[in-house]
Amino acid sequence: MYATLETAKARSKQGLSPWMIVGRVLLYLVLMAGALIMLSPFAYMLSMSFNPNGYTLPSPGDVIPAHPTLNNYISAWTDANFGQAFFNSVIVACSATALTVLLSASLAFAFARYDFPGRNILFYGMLATMTVPGIVLIIPQFVLASRLGLVNNRLGLILVYAAGMAFGVYMLRGFFEEIPQELFDAAAIDGSGIFRTFWSIALPLARPALAAVIIFSFAANWEEFTWAIVSTNDSSLYTLPVAIQQYYSAHGPAWGVIFAGSVLAMLPEVLVFLIFQRHFISGIRAGGVRG
Amino acid sequence: MEISSLDRSHAGTRIERRYGQKVRAFRRYLPVYLFILPGMALFGLWTLYPLLDAFVMSFFNWNPNPVAQSPFVGLQNYLEAFSDPVFWQAFRNVVFYTAVTVAGQIILGLAVALLLNRKLFALGFFRVLYYLPVVTSWVVVSLVFAFLFSSSDGPVDWFLGDVLHLIPDTQSWLGSTTLALPTLMILGIWKGIGWNMVIFLAGLQSIPNELYEAARVDGANRWTLFHAITLPLLRPTITFAVVILTMGGFGSFIPMFVLTQGGPLHSTETLLTYAFSNAFSSFDFGYAAAITYIFAFVVFLLALIQIRLMRRKIEY
Repeated sequence: MYATLETAKARSKQGLSPWMIVGRVLLYLVLMAGALIMLSPFAYMLSMSFNPNGYTLPSPGDVIPAHPTLNNYISAWTDANFGQAFFNSVIVACSATALTVLLSASLAFAFARYDFPGRNILFYGMLATMTVPGIVLIIPQFVLASRLGLVNNRLGLILVYAAGMAFGVYMLRGFFEEIPQELFDAAAIDGSGIFRTFWSIALPLARPALAAVIIFSFAANWEEFTWAIVSTNDSSLYTLPVAIQQYYSAHGPAWGVIFAGSVLAMLPEVLVFLIFQRHFISGIRAGGVRG
Repeated sequence: MEISSLDRSHAGTRIERRYGQKVRAFRRYLPVYLFILPGMALFGLWTLYPLLDAFVMSFFNWNPNPVAQSPFVGLQNYLEAFSDPVFWQAFRNVVFYTAVTVAGQIILGLAVALLLNRKLFALGFFRVLYYLPVVTSWVVVSLVFAFLFSSSDGPVDWFLGDVLHLIPDTQSWLGSTTLALPTLMILGIWKGIGWNMVIFLAGLQSIPNELYEAARVDGANRWTLFHAITLPLLRPTITFAVVILTMGGFGSFIPMFVLTQGGPLHSTETLLTYAFSNAFSSFDFGYAAAITYIFAFVVFLLALIQIRLMRRKIEY
């Protein structure tokens, strides 16, 4: 380890040779070109959403609109009913996330700390369902939901999203297993049962792990499309992705309104990503300074 | 448990004792069972039961009307799939789409990771930028690509036609039977580069620096370092990425559904768009369920094969 550090220091003291400078410049050029390719679709999306003509740009080369306007946002929010859809998405994604995090934490806690009969079958059975692509479930879920009267129903959306909890259980179980037993022994002496131990000891301790599960689960619920389009056909219940897709299939290339709605759909997830980057790109920063 | 008859056999006693233990254990853990009941109930009703129900459904000529009869047809839905040309076209499309997008994402993701795995100005900026498509929903990125690739006045048409003069003035992309699938592949690769970058950066950082130092002392050049150290040690990471991306590629649905509905002429039909239209346009739920089960089986098999192959290669 020391040797590595020493050589690295020695090399950096020698300064940069002309070839290394050329290499650096090339590297930045390549990275900038890549960044341009990654970013330009978003630039066009933003540009169209502020463009007075909602159908075409004056010239595809002019990405920055000369006369930006908020009209597209106003008609997206009101005429296209994306405001209602945004509200639906908030309700559905938040309730489903709360439910799934609470229930997956409870299962993970029981699987991690209690050696009850049937524990392994239940846990590994649950993990096994993770290998089945979720879309296989859509058809029978639709049949079940229609029997229970949960088609065209926010509760139907929430319950199906919340049932996708296997990943959270897997993540949190690992976390709960790491907590030292002494912390639970005190509670056991006090005679508190599983419910109280979970609520007053385990959950507060698990805050960082819960935050990670909340972020991933919210992102997944916020952008879910397939179940939402299958189970809702009443436009007042559409979530934002469905509302945008339905608007596109009904009105065609009304890009101004569509991309104003898309910006609304992107905002919460991108904000969550920017705030909690470290959770998404974890462990990368720590080693990032290596030579 | 209070059996006091005189003719208790040994075996009987043992069974009873075991049974008794089970009942006691159950009583002892009753609060735990009550505690996990809500979670297990939700999971059982909306995941486990549908999983089995789809399997059962695939053996019936399933009628969505609960009053009507749903005759048992055995393997007929599966046989129908194997003799259905559209099913095979969807299968070919998905294989082609998966092969190209998995290779493209891994090569470009690894390239970006290699470029960014060093001390750089604005490093965080580049990482966030490349990751942005990953945290944007499929519906949004699909629509953005519909705009970018719209014929005659779309930015891609403009750039390739009016600026570089590489293509005719108005090129149809998503409306063309030959270009629609490649356009969707570009979208798939573009959206996935960031995810691969993150996975490969993590993989690269788990390789001890001492290995490179030692090889450099021995006079190894960059290509040798990459070829003899980086690539072999990244093999577990590559395997992981290939397995996950293959599942994703085979399961692609939203971009096709939003942009082409599987068209034109089924040229972008995937197994899942085909299952979807069979279920929710033709109401042939049994056939659709059979297709999704074939899909799940193929994905499972591919994952097993990939993991085997990659493991074998490490052992030389």
